[in-house]
Amino acid sequence: MADASRTVLEMRHITKRFPGTVANDDVDFDLREGEVHALLGENGAGKSTLMNILYGLYHPDEGEIVISGKPVQLGSPKAAIDAGVGMVHQHFMLIPVMTVAENIVLAEEPTHGGGFLDLSEANDRVREISERFGLAVDPKSRIEDITVGQQQRVEILKALYRNADILVLDEPTAVLTPQEAGELFEIIRGLTDQGKSIIFISHKLNEVTEVADRITVLRRGKMIETIPAEGATEQSLARLMVGREVLLRVDKSPANPTDVLLGVEDLHVFDDRGIEKVRGLSLDVRAGEIVGLAGIDGNGQTELIDAMTGLRKAASGRVSVAGEDVTGESAYGHFKSGLGHIPEDRQRRGLVLEFSIAENIALHDFRQAPDSRAGWLFPNRLIARATQLIKDFDVRGGNAQSRAGGLSGGNQQKVVLAREIDRDPKVLIAAQPTRGLDVGAIEFVHRRLVEERDEGRGILLVSLELEEILSLSDRILVIYEGEIVGEYPPTTTEEELGIAMTGGGRGQEAAA
Amino acid sequence: MSDHEQGGEEARAEDERARERVPEGGAVDPSGMGPEVKQSILGRYDVAQKAGGLLAPVLTALLAFFIGGLVVLVTTGSNPLTTYRAIFDGAGFNWFFPWVTGLERANAASNLQQTLILTTTLVLTGLAVAFAFRCGLFNIGGQGQYIVGAVLAVWIGSSFSGMNSLLHILIAAIAGAICGALWAGIAGFLKATVGAHEVISTIMLNWIAIWVGVFLFGLGGPLQNDTQTYVPISNDVVEGARLPVFWGDPELQGLHIGFFVAIGALVVYWLILNRTTLGYGVKAVGFNPEAARYGGINVSRNYFLAMAISGAFAGLAGAVDVLGWQFRLSTNDIQGATIAFVGIAVALLGRNTAIGVALAALLFGGLLTGTSTRNLDPEIFKPELASNLTLLIQGLVVLFVGADVIVLWLLARLHRTKKHARHEAEAQTP
Repeated sequence: MADASRTVLEMRHITKRFPGTVANDDVDFDLREGEVHALLGENGAGKSTLMNILYGLYHPDEGEIVISGKPVQLGSPKAAIDAGVGMVHQHFMLIPVMTVAENIVLAEEPTHGGGFLDLSEANDRVREISERFGLAVDPKSRIEDITVGQQQRVEILKALYRNADILVLDEPTAVLTPQEAGELFEIIRGLTDQGKSIIFISHKLNEVTEVADRITVLRRGKMIETIPAEGATEQSLARLMVGREVLLRVDKSPANPTDVLLGVEDLHVFDDRGIEKVRGLSLDVRAGEIVGLAGIDGNGQTELIDAMTGLRKAASGRVSVAGEDVTGESAYGHFKSGLGHIPEDRQRRGLVLEFSIAENIALHDFRQAPDSRAGWLFPNRLIARATQLIKDFDVRGGNAQSRAGGLSGGNQQKVVLAREIDRDPKVLIAAQPTRGLDVGAIEFVHRRLVEERDEGRGILLVSLELEEILSLSDRILVIYEGEIVGEYPPTTTEEELGIAMTGGGRGQEAAA
Repeated sequence: MSDHEQGGEEARAEDERARERVPEGGAVDPSGMGPEVKQSILGRYDVAQKAGGLLAPVLTALLAFFIGGLVVLVTTGSNPLTTYRAIFDGAGFNWFFPWVTGLERANAASNLQQTLILTTTLVLTGLAVAFAFRCGLFNIGGQGQYIVGAVLAVWIGSSFSGMNSLLHILIAAIAGAICGALWAGIAGFLKATVGAHEVISTIMLNWIAIWVGVFLFGLGGPLQNDTQTYVPISNDVVEGARLPVFWGDPELQGLHIGFFVAIGALVVYWLILNRTTLGYGVKAVGFNPEAARYGGINVSRNYFLAMAISGAFAGLAGAVDVLGWQFRLSTNDIQGATIAFVGIAVALLGRNTAIGVALAALLFGGLLTGTSTRNLDPEIFKPELASNLTLLIQGLVVLFVGADVIVLWLLARLHRTKKHARHEAEAQTP
């Protein structure tokens, strides 16, 4: 059905400037019928800008867009949809309390009797499309009752319902388990077989080589190269992306664990709605090792971290840091007993974005000498310390007095890292330490965590990225529904961990 | 390791370039902040205001005056500039012109003293709103805190007639401040413990303060005037407890030393916020309570402290007024006063900064004095309408301060649309 020689989309000489920066600098991009064309680049490379231009959200300063041979002006998302472009955003735009079919037909509802919603017609049409493209979902289920993977299918169906021929998938696997990602790739192949063309945005190298036909690499707003996926390696793509050789695998020696530094015993924690999210969990982290805690989002990781760091009261159980019982202590008490905490959301919790870097670095210690004495703050000392740390941790984009909110994500994370490590903690809890960071910054954070391990700290790494867990951890614990369901060596495969993460390691009923 | 060292230089250059990042992630973002930047309302407010710099508050005030002028024109048909000139002179600001001499100069001095007396109060009530604002709290209870401060100061000031003057003044003023702090502290305590919203609780406390005051000084009330039993008014503050006048005639309500108390309060406000751990905690909570909690800061405690300190400023304002020029409180004063509500406008226009509050207080002090019936020439503007003009401008300022975030957004949008239109035009010309 697909005619691979036919070009369905051409973006020529696209330039888009923002104040102080050129987001897209003379970028060429084309898409053939029935192909998967991956758009690869670090955060800030201009991928999303280019796609927002295609979806009518931004207007290019220069360049033209040609769809199926006709030059088009895409002044709004409506115009883009009419031209056959569909977009599946990383964060789904669905209404949880409405059904699958209602979400899909939203704003283009079939009606009868002069304006009344024809729900059975909607259900039929959704069922018809979902069968044609092999995207199994029940039109009558409510969005809040289906899995994230199914929600993504609904988003794809939404685009197909509006007759999209060009589908843009923005970081589609970021929210999926390895199994779900595999299913998504099947769906993508099914779609291309039926003549749909797909733009696949990602910064995950292994996926891109697996699913794409061609790969275009963007770096700092410029198109670097378009290459066939065949023959491309992760190493070569990383070099194109970053512009230098990158260490994809973390170099580390075998761990040499000694004393238990973080002990959690039979911990029970409830969330704000009174649901028990951590159910009798126990774990140990020893000096000189990195323990990875793997699990699908929402299996109690957040509540566990909050309880271990004094931000949430545990219903029962004990937490000890370096042999000292800290159960029930305040967050400040936890910090004083030698705990460092890199929070999972650096912008909501890790930093006060309106504060300067210096003020952020003082967040735990501003009440103590040398930052202050008897309630009197010494801003110059804050600045001096921050200036040193900015140098040590290679924070780019501002000095000690610049607003933390003005830094890029990677540099914000370096500020958090600098603050936590500089306090010389015995235990470091690192939650999602590389979320949203680009390859270069990830490399920095990983290297630093391994260094801290070798210094004799105990590190608990909580991450949703299996690759990160596997490459950094000396031991891997899998959390499922608030309990540790297994311990694995770092040689385990992603697939095995994936099964354990969905409860498959425990019994038959969950695996079904 | 050496591998990385080599890459260092390039990585550095790369980071440098990636500094001002383009918003990634999909949503159109007129403010220029990344869409994933999640911020408190206060945080957004802060950023938006900084984006406008000094321009935004000045434009806000000018716009308010402009529309006020239009109203003058439409309702009275007189030239708004003449009216404003009259208000300017009525506020005594012409005293600063060296060519104003003789009787005119004496009048100007007298008017300016009145303006500065009001400015003193407005600085303090403005700071009461501003300080809470820095902690993310909206203190609408300045009026109640002002009243309890005034009540306590008038009670102490009218008792102990033989006391050492300095001691008497200090005790009365400090008691007023502490009383205001406790009054606001109730709202802070409720916020910290049960999460009661401070807007609701401070408004309710305002009414409690008013009716307690009416009870105390009303006919037959425990603090009602000892000699005039038929007048609902307090005893007079004794001579020794009155604030000395340093400019003008004490008999004609000259400027009292409370003016320096206000200046001192501005300095204290700045110092607390910028040089103390208390101020650090308050600001951290105001910007991002979640991060503050993570950092080990006791958020509830800061809510309480911020409200109490706010209340202290308002209570001090009440004390300074009764010790400085009112010398007595009637039930009418208590029910009718709105000076602390003007403090809200002062804090908003002053952007919660010390210098901004000072300037805004001067502006509103001048407006209130300049439009008071005894100062405005009836030939220029009907005096009975004059105070309405003040209220009008106040209202407009509050409206525009809230709206200037929208104005900034509109400016950004206008900029984009223009660019788009240009692009369209270029695309259509062959």
